[in-house]
Amino acid sequence: MRVPLSWLAEYVELVPGTTPEQVHAALVEIGLEEEDVHTFDLVGPIVVGEVLEFVEEPQTNGKTIRWCQVRVAPEGERAADGGDAVHGIVCGARNFFVGDKVVVTLPGAVLPGPFPIAARKTYGHVSDGMIASARELGLGEDHDGILRLSTLGIDAPVGTDAIKLLGLDDTAVELNVTPDRGYAFSIRGVAREYAHATGAAFRDPVAAVPVTDAASAPFPVEIRDEAPVRDRAGASVFTTQIVRGVDATRPTPAWMIARLKLAGIRSVSLLVDITNYVMLELGQPTHGYDLDKLRGGIVVRRAVEGETITTLDEKVRTLHVEDLLIADDRGGIGIAGVMGGADTEMSDATTNVLIEAANFDPVTIARSARRHKLPSEASKRNERGVDPAIAAAASARVAQLMVDLAGGVAEGVAEIRDVDERDAIVLPHRYVSKVIGVDYSDAEVHDALAEIGGTITEVDGGLAVVPPSWRPDLTGREELVEEVARLGGYERIPSVLPVAPPGRGLTRSQRIRRRVAEVLAAGGATEVLSFPFANADDNARYGSADGGPVASVRLANALDASNALLRRSLLPGLLGAAKRNRSRGLVDLALFELGLVFLPEIGRDYGTGSLPAGGVLPDDAELAVLNAGIPPQPRHVAALFVGDAVTKQPGQSAVPAGIVDALDAVRRIGLATGADFEIVQGSHHAMHPGRTAELRVGGRAVGFAGELLPSVAEAADLPRVVAVLELDLDAVVELADPQPEARSIGTFPAATQDLSLVVDAGAPAAAVAAAVRDGAGDLLEELHLVDDYRGHGVPDGSKSLTFALRFRAPDRTLTAAEASEAKLAGAALAGERTGAAIRE
Amino acid sequence: MSEPREITEQSVESAVAAALAAIASAGDSAALKAVRAEHTGEKSELAQLNAELRNVPNDQKAALGKLVGGARGRVNQAFAARESEIVAAEAAAQLEAEAVDVTALPSRGAVGSRHPLSLLEDRVCDVFTGMGWEIAEGPEVESEWFNFDALNFDADHPARAMQDTFFVDPPEAHLVMRTHTSPVQVRSMLDREVPIYVLAPGRVYRTDEFDATHLPVFMQFEGLAVDKGLTMAHLKGTLDHFVKSIFGDEAKVRLRPSYFPFTEPSAELDFWHPTFKSGPRWIEWGGCGMVHPNVLRSAGIDPDVYSGFAFGMGIERGLMLRNDVQDMREMVEGDIRFSQQFGMVV
Repeated sequence: MRVPLSWLAEYVELVPGTTPEQVHAALVEIGLEEEDVHTFDLVGPIVVGEVLEFVEEPQTNGKTIRWCQVRVAPEGERAADGGDAVHGIVCGARNFFVGDKVVVTLPGAVLPGPFPIAARKTYGHVSDGMIASARELGLGEDHDGILRLSTLGIDAPVGTDAIKLLGLDDTAVELNVTPDRGYAFSIRGVAREYAHATGAAFRDPVAAVPVTDAASAPFPVEIRDEAPVRDRAGASVFTTQIVRGVDATRPTPAWMIARLKLAGIRSVSLLVDITNYVMLELGQPTHGYDLDKLRGGIVVRRAVEGETITTLDEKVRTLHVEDLLIADDRGGIGIAGVMGGADTEMSDATTNVLIEAANFDPVTIARSARRHKLPSEASKRNERGVDPAIAAAASARVAQLMVDLAGGVAEGVAEIRDVDERDAIVLPHRYVSKVIGVDYSDAEVHDALAEIGGTITEVDGGLAVVPPSWRPDLTGREELVEEVARLGGYERIPSVLPVAPPGRGLTRSQRIRRRVAEVLAAGGATEVLSFPFANADDNARYGSADGGPVASVRLANALDASNALLRRSLLPGLLGAAKRNRSRGLVDLALFELGLVFLPEIGRDYGTGSLPAGGVLPDDAELAVLNAGIPPQPRHVAALFVGDAVTKQPGQSAVPAGIVDALDAVRRIGLATGADFEIVQGSHHAMHPGRTAELRVGGRAVGFAGELLPSVAEAADLPRVVAVLELDLDAVVELADPQPEARSIGTFPAATQDLSLVVDAGAPAAAVAAAVRDGAGDLLEELHLVDDYRGHGVPDGSKSLTFALRFRAPDRTLTAAEASEAKLAGAALAGERTGAAIRE
Repeated sequence: MSEPREITEQSVESAVAAALAAIASAGDSAALKAVRAEHTGEKSELAQLNAELRNVPNDQKAALGKLVGGARGRVNQAFAARESEIVAAEAAAQLEAEAVDVTALPSRGAVGSRHPLSLLEDRVCDVFTGMGWEIAEGPEVESEWFNFDALNFDADHPARAMQDTFFVDPPEAHLVMRTHTSPVQVRSMLDREVPIYVLAPGRVYRTDEFDATHLPVFMQFEGLAVDKGLTMAHLKGTLDHFVKSIFGDEAKVRLRPSYFPFTEPSAELDFWHPTFKSGPRWIEWGGCGMVHPNVLRSAGIDPDVYSGFAFGMGIERGLMLRNDVQDMREMVEGDIRFSQQFGMVV
């Protein structure tokens, strides 16, 4: 809402010299939000001039200019720029006559742009200023020619300051109005708020409008709402008023154009401008019909299936049965409260006007405005709730302005009204203090509620408050609490730290996630946060291990239609980040991300067809249905490695990243989570068939690590070798041992031995190791693979695996013979299970 | 076979002198080893003189024995002294040879970094867990009931439209990308017993364009306290404590009246930023208020017995204000240089 200060000052005492910043500050205190300040951005001297004479001079470029002599100061006086009273000015427009009063921007003036005016040589003359068009002054869009003051109905002495004359010295403050405060979409509402903020005197513009009732046979109107939306009647108040004999061609006065313009509304024509002006002033949208175009009386009704209407913007709109229509005998002549129809529009030929001012149901209006994508100034006010008490006054105000500015005679206002009395809200004694934590006196509570317009009666235990008609948002005692608090000032609220009961700190899952991020970062990877939007290819490629069909969550209104799905995997985000980094010259990358993935199941419908009401606890069954309708969205962790894992450095050659880095990261994740990962040869349709590990915890697959298929890496604009891992972190947390049990640490001497086994080249080392471990028994404390040798001395198709074994007994020093015996037992079991033989 | 020697003072001193001279001239342990063999070994002069003791008359044995023994002792002492000198010199030489340029050494493991938004989120959580609050979480694809209806958003109220919601297809299924973490507040009230003090951090979604100050996906943290006797003063006290924890002891909070469907009274939250780069000032950082009774009722909590307060702030904006990040897009592009400025510290 933009509020011209001159307009505001009509309805609330504004101390002269009050700056827009001060007005903003006062209104912010009371709950409106500061947005901006708007001015016409003009610097004088800009004066009224009279065209004394001109000569038309055709130019070689085909244009004809006029070399004008313009009087800009009374005879014998200096002009406002210090120059002569008559200025020679070159003008490209030809829409004026000798004797016309015009607006002259003299040297030194600045027009919006900024566009400074100076005497300048052009077309063979020194043009000592400029004759301005309405658009150059910021008054309108009209740039067909210069502004002739007579077209605005203005005659003023030569030399008059045109900025002041045309109201271009006004300033508007722009406010952001929260959705509850529809009444503040009006000068009336903002003036009242300013009075609340500053204590300045408020004059209600509604009270200043005399309303005369219509004659006994008013214009026929019928409200026939046969299908109220959510049981709310479409129209509760509907007024009509006729003004006959207007001259629609008269100009809108400059002051009105200037105010509308500052308020952000373009001047259209006098009659339309008046309806807009009154809407801004009072907050009540009104509509003017050309009375002579109406056929029969008006019916307010719901649209019927398939009905259409051509709205003022010349668009044919197909209506919905919930749309509320203003109709005459031909059909719809307006979508109630949203936009009027083209058929009955006021035009320059209009002489008789029917003014409509009504109170419509906000829900109906909101739905219609949304349905037809018509967020008009009218619908914005109607959907927030208009004061149901002011329709007649708004109509009378429109009629008054029409009579004053367009001539004619106004008839009285006819009103149909079916508005329920509002119930009083009981505000218990001391309740405001109890909610806010400030000790308000009873008098202060009473006075604040009276000041906002409430009707107050003392009742047992508190106050019964009937909110004012313009405040549909005041529906309960909490809203009244806020009124008292904001009028009293939020700065009075003290700062008191509440003592929460002792908490248990982060949950296990939260602690683990932090550790995972920390170990991955300490291990060389950089955390990124990608948007979770994906496309079908991403989800098909990375969203399942076997490449079979997958289901995805799809957004109905994605920002980017080519990425309308939610990710099933974190990898596309990491691949995108890797590509972006590489394009910026960062080629050696280790990236990781923790985040949710969205894993709907194929063939399942999620969501619920209807929702329980708000404000009431749904029953367990309803809650269960809501929760069952939410697709699974587990938290994953993923990492990506490309380029060099260790860069070339003095004394050290580069080590390219690969599956080794992915598996190292898995081990770190194991450290952070407490999970004992089992790494087995795996497969994934996007992964290298020989370089992919399946990761299991407690026998359950929880993810994979390895290298992408080279073709997949290349399709992602990355080098051939890209190592990745992705784990279902929620599953890992669930499966990991939450509380490790300690074994006693033996202190007797260890015996270490190596064991080399020749085994089929395809046998997984982990299987051989497991067999050795099982066979060697409890004496084997630790075992690790130290060599995997193939070649001379080992048969083709076989490999030699060398393990370093460390034996220890808990209660004695082991002999070499005991250690060897255990080792041989291990080798024997390995032989049994995997065909391994001790290498001679 | 060498000639038999006569043990005399002269012959002994001569052997000692030769040995001492050789010891002194030995430059390294190898030379010293050779000297040792030559002058104390079996065939050395002194060894042979010693062997000669067998042949001397008994009455001279003691005196000559003493002469030879003393001589051998002196030579051995000289050896020991020289040996320790050489060992020390050689150890020093080895250390010198092992010196490296500590500024030119390779590193075996790279170090990475965490994302500053995650770090700031952790930091915020720590402030609240320090006060005894717990951290609550919930789904990002959420039922409209939790995201709107339970939070007192009427289906037709303009406030619902102002949330710029991403809807899941088909919209009739009433699933949305949560527009705030408030649904987690509702879930917390359903799942926990009063008193409730929870912080709900996480990702939220709005159909905002992607520019320097807007992201369609961003991170929020919302607090909720429900207890007996909570007032707006407790809300302010909590926020004051929080901003001091994050922005320093001089930070404080100012409330301005505002509107949110789920709180009444509602307030915009400004805080005094004492170390803002271009000078201390008030900065807008979120919304707050007393939990609307309808929200409590949606979760089965009696508003006549309990009251609550709630607040919500954006983590991206916090990072911009605190660490002087100029462009929000840098936070989500994944450029490693952005995160690496922070390492693990925010």
